[in-house]
Amino acid sequence: MSYAVKNLAQGDRELIAFRVGDQEFCVNVMAVREIRGWTKATPMPHAPSYVIGVINLRGAVLPIVDFSARLGMRSTEPTPRHVIIVSQVGSRTVGLLVEAVSDILTVTEDNIQPVPEVASSLVKQYARGILAIDKRMICMIELDTLFPENESEAA
Amino acid sequence: MDMNEIKEIFFQECEEQLAELESGLLKLNDGDRDPETVNAVFRAVHSIKGGAGAFGLDDLVSFAHVFETTLDCVRSNKLEPNQDVLKVMLKSADVLADLVTASRDGGSVDESRSRGLVKELEALAKGEMPSGGAAEAPKAAPVAAAAPAATDDSGFQPIPFSFDDDFGGDDAAKSVFEVTFKPRRDLFAKGNEAALLLRDLSRLGEMAINCDTEALPALDKIDPEETYFSWTISVTTDKTEQDVRAVFEFAEWDCDLEVSEVAAEAAEELPMVPVPFDLSALDDEPAAAPAPTPVAEVPVDTKMAAAAARVEKKEAAAAPAAAAAANNAAAAANAAGQTIRVDLDRVDRLINLVGELVINQAMLSQSVVENDTNGTSSINMGLEELQQLTREIQDSVMAIRAQPVKPVFQRMSRIVREVADMVGKSIRLVTEGENTEVDKTVIDKIAEPLTHMIRNAVDHGIESPEKREAAGKDPEGTIKLSAKHRSGRILIELIDDGGGINRERVKQKAIDNDLISPDANLSDEEIDNLIFAPGFSTADKISDISGRGVGMDVVKRSIQALGGRISISSRPGLGSTFTMSLPLTLAVLDGMVVTVAGQTLVVPLTAIVETLQPEASSIHSFGANQRLISIRNSFCPLVDVGRILNFRSTQANPVEGVALLVESEGGGQRALMVDAIQGQRQVVIKSLEANYTHVPGIAAATILGDGRVALILDVDAVVAASRGQSMKQDGALKADMSLAAAG
Repeated sequence: MSYAVKNLAQGDRELIAFRVGDQEFCVNVMAVREIRGWTKATPMPHAPSYVIGVINLRGAVLPIVDFSARLGMRSTEPTPRHVIIVSQVGSRTVGLLVEAVSDILTVTEDNIQPVPEVASSLVKQYARGILAIDKRMICMIELDTLFPENESEAA
Repeated sequence: MDMNEIKEIFFQECEEQLAELESGLLKLNDGDRDPETVNAVFRAVHSIKGGAGAFGLDDLVSFAHVFETTLDCVRSNKLEPNQDVLKVMLKSADVLADLVTASRDGGSVDESRSRGLVKELEALAKGEMPSGGAAEAPKAAPVAAAAPAATDDSGFQPIPFSFDDDFGGDDAAKSVFEVTFKPRRDLFAKGNEAALLLRDLSRLGEMAINCDTEALPALDKIDPEETYFSWTISVTTDKTEQDVRAVFEFAEWDCDLEVSEVAAEAAEELPMVPVPFDLSALDDEPAAAPAPTPVAEVPVDTKMAAAAARVEKKEAAAAPAAAAAANNAAAAANAAGQTIRVDLDRVDRLINLVGELVINQAMLSQSVVENDTNGTSSINMGLEELQQLTREIQDSVMAIRAQPVKPVFQRMSRIVREVADMVGKSIRLVTEGENTEVDKTVIDKIAEPLTHMIRNAVDHGIESPEKREAAGKDPEGTIKLSAKHRSGRILIELIDDGGGINRERVKQKAIDNDLISPDANLSDEEIDNLIFAPGFSTADKISDISGRGVGMDVVKRSIQALGGRISISSRPGLGSTFTMSLPLTLAVLDGMVVTVAGQTLVVPLTAIVETLQPEASSIHSFGANQRLISIRNSFCPLVDVGRILNFRSTQANPVEGVALLVESEGGGQRALMVDAIQGQRQVVIKSLEANYTHVPGIAAATILGDGRVALILDVDAVVAASRGQSMKQDGALKADMSLAAAG
């Protein structure tokens, strides 16, 4: 956890790591607006399976995406222990449902290893790289590829 | 503040002035002859000209100038503002508006049109001069030359004239004449000059002048060309009355002149001390000096313009004082002083915040109620007051966005004029209730459907003058546009006194266009409403004005998109009435909160015709998986909302739920099945698209008192979806209509 207090040098980046199932992922801290507890969402009709529904975020309607399901893994059964990472993706605000936030990391470009060539994994499509921290493997996710901007324009 | 910002303000003001101009002209058109109305019109054009000059908008300036000159003739009663004159003026106002728009947004205006109008205006200004323009023309130059003199000399001091002492002590031969001299406006028009006449008079002998300024009106009411002063002069002279009169020889017809001889002794007692009269107290106001006629060209005009500008300035400064006189212009000036311009975004932000406040307050109340066991605590009372306050704040904030419908109505009068001209009809637009207020977004969005309807009314509704005359009607058609508030909504009516709907033709057309089956038995009302059917146009020939394929169905759809309804009632030979009922605001919506498959949904109240509890006996299966419900002997398709929205996989049992009878854009009715009705409430509309995408069947979202998001149902989309499932094979309306006919 000592990474968090380190001063940011040039090229360093801060990441928020979170747990989904038995895996760890991280996203750029700059994209994260807030982290809040799970509240029951209103389901949306005709929504993709990974969209759990919408919640009220201080008057704005916030769609909640099951991160696990979005990456093609098992869909989450939300409990009050789950958390929502409210992130800014392009012009939109989206809530990511994850199991728990585990860490805040400061890494340099050098810490990021390329994604290994794995056949037909959805994760590979959205992964920006992988990090090895304290013998853990953390997959770094690019949110912009997860929710492409033109998706809303097309609709 | 840079130049562009100032320019922006200028254009904003232009909009206001143009509105003022048009409403003034329309008032004149209705026979209003109040000089203040004429002045208001003149001021509007003049202000635009002045501002345009400052920004170097030459086209605008030159047109406004000609317009102003003609208006000035009206103002000085040289030109009678009859219908023909006003027609030109209204057109000129339109061109002026176009020029303003062109100056602001770039683009061009119809030059031939504006040039033609300039000619017409000039002809009006010159040709209809009562004194007969041509004959007076040679005098123009001297008048112009005299103009500065008039200003300078009018500030004259009463000077005790003592010329030649020839008549020195010869008192006996002298007589005293009392001369009352009151110039009329024509005096100046003919190049005469009061000061010169008085100087001539003074040459006759000793005289004392008393100027009567009684008739001088308040500064803001001064007509620069009117004459207000009269002079009482006592002349002690040895000349005869004849000689005294001779001084006024050339001015005789243009002034009120009285010359009487008084006894010398009596004259001694006359107050010979000149009344101090200092025109400089009026701040060199040239309005006090009667200005010459506009026969004179440029110099005079600019001078008058300057005078008018100064009068205007005075008026603004003197607004509080003038208000006592209860004059319209002053009232307007005052009203303007009490408004501020606020960026719309700021207002919207405030509205959003207040909306959130209302939600938060509701959430707070709910949790207090849940946790408070004895329900009478002071917290509860405080909360209740908070609730009232938030309601009030919400209402007040909504009122900020409320605007009178006037601008839209005024735009319509222009459209009536233009279209009526194009189709060669004579039509009057009467507006009523134009100060009715409604949310700005609603105003912005009704303009287009209203334009379409007005065009339709002019093109199809009102008959040609010949036809009207043959039917024993006034050849001039009347279209009435009215707005009023009714039970929390705004009601806009468009009434024409035309021929009404030709039901035979409408029906034939509908059959030709495959909208109804030929043997359909429709009521008059149903036929009338066919004009709202998609792809329907009654015009036999496609005209330039309407009938370009977009018909009343587009109008109806845009009205419904606003949460409004539109209906028509028509009487053959007497005209048609379109009635639109619109919500006062788009930020909140009256909705029915319902439960569908465990979810809470809001159905816009405007869409719901009635609610009913279906009985098993009234449900009939139709085909493989369709069901119809019989309502008062007509059959209506039953749509399970939960099924359409994919909330459940099997159809619910209709008997266990509630049916909402809704009317949708196609004109057909559907019964929407929901599980239960929770209640009716006003909800704040929240966008789904901002963070998510558009969802078919869902119009928007809202946040309920418990803080959870509820979806607002898009009734039209749901109905369309149900139709897509059930009636792919045939035109939807046809199926509807034949069903109705069968029932």
